Amino acid sequence: MTAGFLFASAFLASAVEFVEALTIVLAAGITRGWRSALIGLAAATVTLAVIVVALGPALTLIPLSTLRLVVGALLLAFGLQWLRKAILRAGGYKPLHDEEAIFAREIAEARVAAVDERAGLDWYGFTLAFKGVLLEGLEVAFIVITFGSTQGNIGLAAAGAGTALVLVVIVGVLVRAPLARVPENTMKFTVGVMLTTFGIFWAAQGAGAHWPGDDASLPGVLAFVAVMSFGAVAVLRRQRLSAAAA
Amino acid sequence: MSRVRAFGAFWWDFVVGDDWRAAAGVVLAIGVTAAIAAGGVAAWWFLPLAVAAILAVSLYRETHAAG
Repeated sequence: MTAGFLFASAFLASAVEFVEALTIVLAAGITRGWRSALIGLAAATVTLAVIVVALGPALTLIPLSTLRLVVGALLLAFGLQWLRKAILRAGGYKPLHDEEAIFAREIAEARVAAVDERAGLDWYGFTLAFKGVLLEGLEVAFIVITFGSTQGNIGLAAAGAGTALVLVVIVGVLVRAPLARVPENTMKFTVGVMLTTFGIFWAAQGAGAHWPGDDASLPGVLAFVAVMSFGAVAVLRRQRLSAAAA
Repeated sequence: MSRVRAFGAFWWDFVVGDDWRAAAGVVLAIGVTAAIAAGGVAAWWFLPLAVAAILAVSLYRETHAAG
């Protein structure tokens, strides 16, 4: 059960981030040339792989209870950010994430940026792709490292992220447009629920609490967080409707 | 120095985000969980309830600040 959650969480979180990175790489490639954009993409991917390979094994040397406490606290703070934003979007208090609008904005900015050639590359295109992939990918690396090390299975978390990467790249190459039809907002909501669930579970364990039934209580925590989140969305929607009617 | 500050600001934004009170609440709630567990009492129930309260307060502040 935990292995399934681990794979699904890494897959979903990574898919969302890779869809966002794809939008940026597409904008860089179309406006500034594919060579610079793809070299930027490759350089960022190598940097992320180095981070995961360097930090992942190092974290496994930390005692498990300490690791769960630290990772649980980080995931909980990080996951609550995701969940809060997702609830605000679903409740109508924040605009929905729109890949087409982001793509249009990136294209417009890239078209007017000055040409600056360095090392045979269009520097704007290279840095746009590099920064975009690195920043979106850092969240993926964070999730793979924290989930994987705490469950003692970085390989499975990396496999979830890798599967998402392959899927997004294949669809991106076929479609050659931002993946606007991917239900990104729903996926972000789901990821927020999962990150918060794992954060609660591991942080409590790391603090010395014992879950009834150990890992078997994880679906219960997931259900609690899901009900709490849907409840919050319902309250916000009603609050917004009342404010609009007043 | 500005690069160090930018690096720190990036990680602060990455983990803590735009509501530092929620992150502080998480740290406090984990501390209380540890204290309950250290007292030999079942402590697993506290963190989910604390997270629900932290989220509710954070959403209330955000939606009421937005008007």
